[in-house]
Amino acid sequence: MNMLSDAAAEKALVKKMNEVNYKMVGKDVSVYYGEKRALFDVNLGVRNNTVTALIGPSGCGKSTFLRCLNRMNDTIQGAKVTGLLTLDSKDIYDPDIDVVELRARVGMVFQKPNPFPKSIYENVAYGPRIHGLARSKAELDQIVEASLQKAGLWSEVKDRLQESGTGLSGGQQQRLCIARAVAVSPEVILMDEPCSALDPIATARVEELIHELRANYSIVIVTHSMQQAARVSQRTAMFHLGNLVEEDDTDKMFTNPSDQRTQDYIMGRFG
Amino acid sequence: MTDMTAATPAKSPSASEARTRRRNASERRFRLMGLIAVAIGVLALVGLLVSIFANGASTFRQTYITLDIYLDPARLDKSGARDIEEISKVSTFGYAPLIEDSLAAAMAERGLTGIDADDAADLISGEEPAMLRRYVLNDPSQIGETVEFNLLASGRIDGYYKGRVTMASAELDRNVSPEQLMLADELKEAGILTTRFNWDFFTNPDASDTRPEAAGLGVAILGSLYMMLIVLVLSLPIGVAASIYLEEFAPRNRLTDLIEVNIANLAAVPSIVFGILGLAVFINFVGLPQSAPVVGGLVLTLMTLPTIIIATRAALKAVPPSIRDAALGVGASKMQAIFHHVVPLAMPGILTGTIIGLAQALGETAPLLLIGMVAFVREYPAGPPEGFFDPASALPVQVYNWTQRGDPAFFERASGAIIVLLVFLLFMNLIAIILRRRFERRW
Amino acid sequence: MSVGSIVLVVLVLAALGYFFGRRRAVAASAKSGVKLHSLSGYYGQTVALFTAVPALLLMVAWLFVQPIIIESRVSDMIPDSVIPQGGALSLVMSDVRQIAGGLDAVLANTELSEEALNSGEVDFTTIRARMAEVGVALAGDVPQEVYEAAKAYRQGADIGRLMMTVAVIGLALGLLAWSMRRIEPRMRARNVSENFVQALLIGSSTIAILTTVGIVFSLVFETINFFKLYPASEFFFSTVWNPQFRGGSDLGILPLLWGTLYVSLVALLVAVPVGLMIAIYLADYAGSTLRSFAKPAIEVLAGIPTIVYGLFALITFGPFLRDWIAQPLGLGSSSSSVLTAGLVMGVMIIPFVSSLSDDIINAVPQAMRDGSYALGATQSETIKRVILPAALPGIVGAILLAASRAIGETMIVVLGAGAAARLDLNPFEAMTTVTVKIVSQLTGDTEFASPETLVAFALGLTLFVITLGLNVLALYIVRRYREQYE
Repeated sequence: MNMLSDAAAEKALVKKMNEVNYKMVGKDVSVYYGEKRALFDVNLGVRNNTVTALIGPSGCGKSTFLRCLNRMNDTIQGAKVTGLLTLDSKDIYDPDIDVVELRARVGMVFQKPNPFPKSIYENVAYGPRIHGLARSKAELDQIVEASLQKAGLWSEVKDRLQESGTGLSGGQQQRLCIARAVAVSPEVILMDEPCSALDPIATARVEELIHELRANYSIVIVTHSMQQAARVSQRTAMFHLGNLVEEDDTDKMFTNPSDQRTQDYIMGRFG
Repeated sequence: MTDMTAATPAKSPSASEARTRRRNASERRFRLMGLIAVAIGVLALVGLLVSIFANGASTFRQTYITLDIYLDPARLDKSGARDIEEISKVSTFGYAPLIEDSLAAAMAERGLTGIDADDAADLISGEEPAMLRRYVLNDPSQIGETVEFNLLASGRIDGYYKGRVTMASAELDRNVSPEQLMLADELKEAGILTTRFNWDFFTNPDASDTRPEAAGLGVAILGSLYMMLIVLVLSLPIGVAASIYLEEFAPRNRLTDLIEVNIANLAAVPSIVFGILGLAVFINFVGLPQSAPVVGGLVLTLMTLPTIIIATRAALKAVPPSIRDAALGVGASKMQAIFHHVVPLAMPGILTGTIIGLAQALGETAPLLLIGMVAFVREYPAGPPEGFFDPASALPVQVYNWTQRGDPAFFERASGAIIVLLVFLLFMNLIAIILRRRFERRW
Repeated sequence: MSVGSIVLVVLVLAALGYFFGRRRAVAASAKSGVKLHSLSGYYGQTVALFTAVPALLLMVAWLFVQPIIIESRVSDMIPDSVIPQGGALSLVMSDVRQIAGGLDAVLANTELSEEALNSGEVDFTTIRARMAEVGVALAGDVPQEVYEAAKAYRQGADIGRLMMTVAVIGLALGLLAWSMRRIEPRMRARNVSENFVQALLIGSSTIAILTTVGIVFSLVFETINFFKLYPASEFFFSTVWNPQFRGGSDLGILPLLWGTLYVSLVALLVAVPVGLMIAIYLADYAGSTLRSFAKPAIEVLAGIPTIVYGLFALITFGPFLRDWIAQPLGLGSSSSSVLTAGLVMGVMIIPFVSSLSDDIINAVPQAMRDGSYALGATQSETIKRVILPAALPGIVGAILLAASRAIGETMIVVLGAGAAARLDLNPFEAMTTVTVKIVSQLTGDTEFASPETLVAFALGLTLFVITLGLNVLALYIVRRYREQYE
């Protein structure tokens, strides 16, 4: 881990963070998979109560960056992360940080809906249970209900909480996964192409949900769909070949990008 | 095919047709060879099973002679005090005349003569006086009563009704005479001698060389059961723990490689080598008793571990990584993700592998021979856990044991024991198949 | 205290530890107002793990080590004069153990007291009679020194057992107290207990290594003892196998190796072509009906214990070969023969070869077949010219594995091949194998000082080395082959 040696730079960073109210900040983040370098010195912040979309062609490093934010890269053998990543100004790769606690604060929703092959109730209750968030059954019931409400799934499943989560439709499964992530009261939610396995109607439902969730959470979403990025996000970051090309307000990115590569990508010239 | 060769212009049509015919003939020959190979495999199985069943099925029926025996106080308890100490002084030999007298009485009643009482008594197994003595010692109040007993007929008489002994062979046999066989036929007509299902085969202990009719599998079944218990209790947790480590945690390094190579090789080490290991380490070095289920269980555990580890790792691998990600994503630790989600999902596969491993262990013979389980054991081992240290036999070893005896009646017993063993194995495999079917999951 | 009750005590302590550890964590958190780092159950778990695991490991280690220490001490008590001419100390020690066991039985079953025994009031003649009463029969003369050694052995075992009880339960209690004391809300109990569990997982996986070490250790150790008593050159190069239990045996391995290889060769001649053709036919030709019943049938063949094959060879196939082939042709009159064992063993290995070949043939990419079919090749031409050559290395590996299995097989040859060590070419003759002789030298009453018994370890080592070599080679070839197509 490259600790920031330059005190001045650190000070500047903190200052900037305070100005724009950053939740998470990545400074010079690089990722290596064994010999291969997947990410090159990325500097990117995640703002409070904002949806940040990460776009770019396949293999550009956007998912890799996303997985750095809750240290899911730890699970890949030979993966190495350098640079500084902070959550509320605290280094998340610090040896003192319990990765389990970090992941409770930075939740994640995956590309393919991956409910546990257990009941709907158990799917949502699992997180609160291992983190000891509920002191009684009633409290747990409450968390489950609230989370399913937030994920907009409650009315559809309230009569069949004991049925298997894998029996739901694809879109419902993905919302169940969102409810599961919400249930541990995270501060940031990471979404890795959450709609790529869903049909348009289910996608619309999830996008609506992302919109609602912004009120309480910071959201980072990786997407292949330019339209989706434009629809759901306020900030957009464009990745290419492991580099951050540019990061700006979504409106500006899609109307007047400053980098030629962004323009080419948005126009569909590559990717 | 014809199209292709016809399209070759260089050759004359007849030559290419002949070539095609040859090629098609060779195709048919190859196909026939394949079919023959399959037939050999299937016929071998059928032949094996038919031969075993043909030889062993008769074990499950046994010839009995039903007699009313007067438990004569004058012979069994001269003092009349019903003192157990006194009664137990009467040896097995003291009981033989009771049976002899009772048979003579039954014969006289039905007017069967022409054979002296001594020879007639030889129709009844030499094991029965001892049985009678146990009966009396167990319940001395029966002395003076007349009790009906189903007595085992001797092995030769039993063999007569199973086709093993004939009048002609009896002529040459020192142990049985044609007169005795004729008497047996007469007793059968009189309803005294009957053939019935042989429960004793499952409960009796082994018997001596000259009394095949009394030999049973009781001690062997119990010994096998004890060993399977030990194997299950040890190999399942150890195997699952090792698999979890290797599949989920182990970094790629020299130690991991070493362990992997070891497991692959242990799976292919001849079973008898494990027997030598058991003899040298568990018996000579640690000083555990010979013939004890605990040693057999330990040896079989070491043999079964590779099977269970290989099956468990396959089952763990089959659980999709997305489940692990899902758990880690909500902040579960790696250990929690594995124990809460991955292991329960892999459980059917793990259990299937375990049952198959147990089935292998149940049929394993060679290593048990070396740790002394061939010994002639007549005493039932005590209940667990002390019983794990008592001498016992095991099903496959009992089969081997019986093949080493002189009397051909023991071959029948050995085949019968194999049938019992196969039924156990069938049962275990059925459970494995049901588990696999019932819980099979397609991701 | 017996081992069972020690285990029970430790487990009860661990259960109590779990319960109170958990309570203590909750109470400490409530008192100090600091939130627990982990779920309360994890605090209990750390206590339970630290209480039970080290104590039980200590007990297992103790059980292994104690006999060695006692043996070495007691064997010092035995003067050389007691050791019979040509015998060994280990023989006398086995007497000592037997007498010690007998004394236990006497004390348990008669009114004789521990004190009376140790004070030397009862002399050995009385004891001997008592032992006979409880069913322990002693063979031969027993010198007074041996009797004394047996008493010392018993006392040593008793003291050792007492010390073990104290040490194990003491350790459990000590660690229970220590791990209770360190409970406080900020303690990362989950991490602690997870690290502990991970150590257990690692420990379990090293059992494989320990087993191999155990095998090598036991084989090599006794083989060295054997070569001290019997020249290695004789063992490896003599063509005569003729053990005499009075000494002066010829223990040449060559006839056994010959028998082993001959039987294995016959088995492979059956199993390899048949197994391979079954794999090919079921994969490429058979309709679904035939496959649905032939495939399980072949698998059943693999699940049948070898004793069943052995019995089949002994009572059905051997007599059949003798009566219908060997005797009419005048080739032999023995029902156990190389051919009996070899053919039956061949059947046993068929499923082994066919399932391995099946895997290997399926690893050949479909593209290769398609390429061949597209050229107009027939199915059998594709198999013979394209698939088999491509799969050849894998199939060689499979054959080596099958050979290793054939060489190590025991029960079929014990029951089917015979016991006579012979260097002969006639397959209708009874011959014997390495495994048969291991069984015959190590069953029955074995005394571990004679070359006739110890030779079994040298045979076992030879067998182990041969099969290990074949396995390693085969696994290497198969792995290389698989990598080629991955």
